[in-house]
Amino acid sequence: MSTPHRTDRPKKQIHLAAHFPGVNNTTVWSDPASGSHIEFDSFVEFAQIAERGLFDFMFLAEGLRLREQAGEIYDLDVVGRPDTFTILAALAAVTEHLGLTGTINSTFNEPYEVARQFASLDHLSDGRAAWNVVTSWDAFTGENFRRGGYLPQGERYERARTFLDAATRLWDTWKGDEILADKASGEFLSTPAPGAFEHHDSQFDISGRFNVPRSPQGRPVIFQAGDSEEGRDFAAAKADAIFSRHSHLDDGQRFYVDVKGRLERFGRRHEDLLILPAATFVLADTDAEAVELAREIRLQQVSPATAIKLLEQLWNRDLSDHDPDGPLPTVDPSENDDLIAKGRASARSHGDRLEQAERWRAISQAKGLSTRETIVEVTGRQSFIGSAETIASTIDDFVQADAADGYILVPHITPGGLAPFVDHVVPLLQERGVFRTAYEGTTLRENLGLREPTR
Amino acid sequence: MSAPTPRLRLAVALDGAGWHPAAWREPNARPGDLLKPGYWADLVREAESGLLDFVTIEDSLSIQTDAPFATEDDDRTDRVRGRLDAVLVASRIAPLTRHIGIVPTVVVTHTEPFHLSKAIATLDYVSRGRAGVRVQVAPRPRDAALFGRREFPDLSYADLRSPAGEGLLRETFAEAADYVEVLRRLWDSWEDDAEIRDVATGRFIDRDKIHYIDFEGLHFDVKGPSITPRPPQGQPVVAALAHRDRPFELVGTSADVGFVTPRTAADIASITAEIRAAQSAAGRDDETVHVFGDVVVLLDETEQGAQDRLARLNEAAGAAYESDALVFAGTPEGLADLLATWHAAGLSGFRLRPAVLPDDLRQITQRLVPELQRRGLFHDAYDAATLRGALGLPRPTSRYATTEGTPA
Ligand SMILES: Cc1cc2nc3c(=O)[nH]c(=O)nc-3n(C[C@H](O)[C@H](O)[C@H](O)COP(=O)(O)O)c2cc1C
Repeated sequence: MSTPHRTDRPKKQIHLAAHFPGVNNTTVWSDPASGSHIEFDSFVEFAQIAERGLFDFMFLAEGLRLREQAGEIYDLDVVGRPDTFTILAALAAVTEHLGLTGTINSTFNEPYEVARQFASLDHLSDGRAAWNVVTSWDAFTGENFRRGGYLPQGERYERARTFLDAATRLWDTWKGDEILADKASGEFLSTPAPGAFEHHDSQFDISGRFNVPRSPQGRPVIFQAGDSEEGRDFAAAKADAIFSRHSHLDDGQRFYVDVKGRLERFGRRHEDLLILPAATFVLADTDAEAVELAREIRLQQVSPATAIKLLEQLWNRDLSDHDPDGPLPTVDPSENDDLIAKGRASARSHGDRLEQAERWRAISQAKGLSTRETIVEVTGRQSFIGSAETIASTIDDFVQADAADGYILVPHITPGGLAPFVDHVVPLLQERGVFRTAYEGTTLRENLGLREPTR
Repeated sequence: MSAPTPRLRLAVALDGAGWHPAAWREPNARPGDLLKPGYWADLVREAESGLLDFVTIEDSLSIQTDAPFATEDDDRTDRVRGRLDAVLVASRIAPLTRHIGIVPTVVVTHTEPFHLSKAIATLDYVSRGRAGVRVQVAPRPRDAALFGRREFPDLSYADLRSPAGEGLLRETFAEAADYVEVLRRLWDSWEDDAEIRDVATGRFIDRDKIHYIDFEGLHFDVKGPSITPRPPQGQPVVAALAHRDRPFELVGTSADVGFVTPRTAADIASITAEIRAAQSAAGRDDETVHVFGDVVVLLDETEQGAQDRLARLNEAAGAAYESDALVFAGTPEGLADLLATWHAAGLSGFRLRPAVLPDDLRQITQRLVPELQRRGLFHDAYDAATLRGALGLPRPTSRYATTEGTPA
């Protein structure tokens, strides 16, 4: 396979990161190789494999209420996860270089507290902290929090923007030269009242003194993962890196051009924002074996029971009596606003349900697929399938063709699923001269090749 | 030979360079390292080398001040200012230690019990059963302004005895009790064996073993369940510092360990009586609630040496050091005498606050502990796997458990 190359520049260096797999049907917990997703040993093993592979960072997702479907706790995927900050701080003790990235949403938190936690994590990891700012907003999740309520959907990016502005103001209150700790003169601080701030906007009226002095990176690296117009603008204005689901070539290139094209409007340069899609991989000795293995994994990921649940999510109605081995339902999706699936980041991502159902029906009819087979076909997210050679060259080609600046890999086995990639694909990328052979810097920002934050 | 009374329990309270405001100027102090992980790792390893039951890590949302009840932050440049989030410090050092309990302080007045519950549950996973939490209220304008969500009256310490002050304490401590109730319910919301990984039916969990907590209170409602499975201890240890009636009530109703501040052995009977009464009223007579005495300690080879150190520190600080707790400046042997007496008077343990770090911590681990061991008052080895175990607290069954837990 050959992809268009730009030849007027040196080869881009690829960024790689690892997503500790969690609560979705990517994770094949039923595989005998699958370990605990909650015991700390699993996180240590996962992080140390990623660090052995010289990855930029590992990533933890977040969801603040157990997911439900049709009023019942969803029980087919991995359920349960630890607290993001706590795990990342503990992992700082057992890793040396790996960036520690966590999702923390801007709706069910307050800027003072989150700024304190990230500044603390950055100190405790010697400059390896990163924050994926997400904008969850629903009342379902809100039932676990003091505010109780939620945000009107239109306000979530407004709050995210002002939240990040407030946090940034707090991080910037300490310049970094205030602590003298001069035993002889008795001056601990060079100046009175470092950390003093006032921040007033549409969401927050806060003031006082921030009590965490400036951390090694000054601020954590900022990630953004929303895909809407507003989300892309938010990333272009504020983020250092963006996650997406656009891991295929055309799709990735379109997204890349769109998002990078927005930077100038916010006074930023092309290299100020990295595009890092989430990607899965299936690796085997030969391409043919990998394709076969990928099919097996897809069937594990979409059991008959899961097929029905995924069907219900698009149709937005109870289809528990539907035969997964029969054709798609003849009844149309419900346009009801009250969703059958709750607590999913993707719950609203179906767009026009009827249109999408028609698309599924067309595919099903054209290929003669059952319900389950259709779901396997249309929800496939495996990005890179093949031998180590094939995967290495595909990733390299994609990155050189500006479909991405690198990938956040999501193995389907916890915690060891990343090891084959690290052992077999990383050396090939190194041979191609597109992946580091040692960490370049000490901080995550340095390893990502990002500039110092400006104030 | 076994001791006549149960052995006493010993914890240390870590705060910055130590509890004396001039501690950072001492020759062994590391004031430039207070924000570095290695500093905290060294302290906690030292505490573990002395077989201490647990460490607490102080915290506050607002910046440190010499006058905590003032509305404004002070502008002093001669004191330690700036600190890290205690829960994160605790998790950073947990993987580097094996036996010692780790108890960060958290402010419950402005934070979310849902977030804290999963954070402490996760600390319990990370430490394999050694997590606790010390809950603290912060009903002050300067803390509230950091969040901008609620307002508190501007009251001096003396004002706390006024009706307005009493009302404020009643409200914020009742809120703290609700908070702890939510923590505990969330820890119980997953039964121990909720994860079943039943390949035959494709079910990862048994949803009947995961429970909504449906908590409704004055300041917050929480639906649950937790997103984090039940932690190794079932319920990590909950502690609170208490100086007077409302806080004593919180200890009695909600805590596993109360830190109190007697000045004389005679204070102990009345303090423990108040706590026991609150415990009884809360229907917890059959549960162990430890009452630990807090003592600021400054130790030296000789009585005179300790007094000289204190004088030197006071001079550097520009004022005689005062504390809510007794300030003990003397020899490790003298401190052992005091602890033995107070232990006999009804305290089950002590939380020592080293005046200077690492000096007074080393005095505790290297001098005080051997002295207590000689007297048969302290253990010779870690013999429990969890913090609850070290404190003689059973591992509770989830309150929502419908069936008897299956044996491991
Ligand atoms: C790779 C990736 C990771 C994400 N991780 C999380 C997460 O951990 N928690 C969460 O609530 N949302 C997560 N999201 C969802 C997005 O942050 C965002 O809420 C969602 O895409 C809807 O926003 P939009 O309308 O701007 O697209 C993730 C999205 C992507 C693409």
